[in-house]
Amino acid sequence: MKAAHLARAKMAQTIGFHLLRLVTLITIIPIIGLVVYIVVKGAPAISWEFLTAAPSNGMREGGIFPAIVGTLYLTLGTALFSVPIGVLAGIYLAEYAQETAFTRIIRIAIINLAGIPSVVYGLFGLGLFVLFLHLGTSILAASLTLSIMTLPVIISTTEGALRSVPNSFRVVSTSLGATRWQTIRRITLPQALPGIITGIILGLERSAGETAPILFTGATFFLPQLPRSPLDATMALPYHIFVISTQIPGMPIQIQYGTVLVLLVFVLGMNLIATLIRSRARAKRQW
Amino acid sequence: MKAREEKDGLVINGVIRISGYSSILFVVLILFFLLREGLPALTNIPLRSLFSIRWYPIEGYYGILPLIFGSLLITLASTLIALPFGIGTAVYLSEVAPPWLRDLLKPIVEILAGIPSVVLGFIGILVFAPLFRKMLNIPTGLTAFTGAILLAFISIPTIVSVAEDALNTVPHSYRQASLALGATQWQTIWDVTLPAAKTGVLTAVMLGVGRSLGETMAVMMVTGNAPLMPLHLNSLFRPVRTMTATIASEMGEVASGSLHYQVLFFIGITLFLLSLVINITASLVSTKARQRSERLLS
Repeated sequence: MKAAHLARAKMAQTIGFHLLRLVTLITIIPIIGLVVYIVVKGAPAISWEFLTAAPSNGMREGGIFPAIVGTLYLTLGTALFSVPIGVLAGIYLAEYAQETAFTRIIRIAIINLAGIPSVVYGLFGLGLFVLFLHLGTSILAASLTLSIMTLPVIISTTEGALRSVPNSFRVVSTSLGATRWQTIRRITLPQALPGIITGIILGLERSAGETAPILFTGATFFLPQLPRSPLDATMALPYHIFVISTQIPGMPIQIQYGTVLVLLVFVLGMNLIATLIRSRARAKRQW
Repeated sequence: MKAREEKDGLVINGVIRISGYSSILFVVLILFFLLREGLPALTNIPLRSLFSIRWYPIEGYYGILPLIFGSLLITLASTLIALPFGIGTAVYLSEVAPPWLRDLLKPIVEILAGIPSVVLGFIGILVFAPLFRKMLNIPTGLTAFTGAILLAFISIPTIVSVAEDALNTVPHSYRQASLALGATQWQTIWDVTLPAAKTGVLTAVMLGVGRSLGETMAVMMVTGNAPLMPLHLNSLFRPVRTMTATIASEMGEVASGSLHYQVLFFIGITLFLLSLVINITASLVSTKARQRSERLLS
């Protein structure tokens, strides 16, 4: 009786584990398949001209240079605003804030910012930056919108990286007479830097791939020349993919896959850099 | 403490504090501008027609119910699809897989989290939609179902990483005690580890729901965008229109301040409030659980 019970339990485990393996495979394989498929279909489109020329003949020929440059501008613009505010806010939460009701409200606000749908950020950017502040549909308005969306990632990774620095570092620094800011700048911040940089890159990676927040704040269908000031609208890779895959009839499929591949290399490249920084820092860490 | 800060000077401490408080300011600003642009819709359109089932702005029909139900339909369907795969993968990675395999598979799931939704929408149009159209023998592949499948993909990384964290925080002694009592590893997972991580897993699911509800580009590209009220079960295999897709596809064409513009902002308010409720509930659930486990372990 007991042996039969045990055998049945063992059997259930074998079946169960196989099921879990199957479920994991079904989750993982499409991810690999997707990336491989895009690389295979997109690679033939990639050429020097494709990367450095402007689209011509109603997007059906030429390259995607203005969209690449636009995405670079937007990413840099986003970094310009979100990195200082995000890192300082992370420092505040890790090194300054006491666990009070007010700090809890800040945390709820951050969680809330992280959960707001991207298209709602687009509405907000339209209402505040484009219309109310009269920035118009521009790189500046889109970057500001993306910055606020990116903040929660940067804040929480900065806080996490600072908190993982052992407290003894702070105690020693303080006991040697350093002020709080001296301790942060000379001791905790350098120790936490790899973690913070990883978080910044992951946040910017997400913003580089976003379409909805820039739809009505800074992205434009087609530009005959590159944007010349932060107050110009710009083309951008994600929006360009949306346009050429849904709005242009008879769009050559190869150009579409090529554009998707360029965006994918851009964001996954950032992802890879972040992962490398993180694992190298872990290997070097002495505490 | 105070004296130490004073030595640093007011500037740097002030800047750090203001940055720390800024998140509250941004949430308030977002809410303020959504309300400012969207609330007039409530006075300009009778409630009965706002909450009706016909969305046809060109002729002045602003019924948002089909959009709300469209969003709910595909969020529900995608969550049902994502749940077994997300939690199954999390359990496998945390409880079953050997460490080397976990280190190999986790970054792959993270890659999925990094793929822009417009890329998934693109693949949805070119690969999934034709495939489903043939397989299911329906007139168009751009349906709620196609959207739900893509959304499941988009929410799986969130579910996996949050649920795996929750499983990892279950103390090892729980598992050891269960195994010592003669339970198999499988029984331990179901009867001990998962119940102990229940709240974390619930948080994972809620955050996944939040992602699905707010997703815009992929959904807009593959769901066919017909504002039909999903009333039957087979609505899943017909085109639908979500709240997010409506804002994204129509805001570019409306005059600012017009009635249509106000209603689109009103939909934005609805989305904002829904995501607020989901995220705050999720965080309350997990804080409560943490407090309880700290009590238990102390």
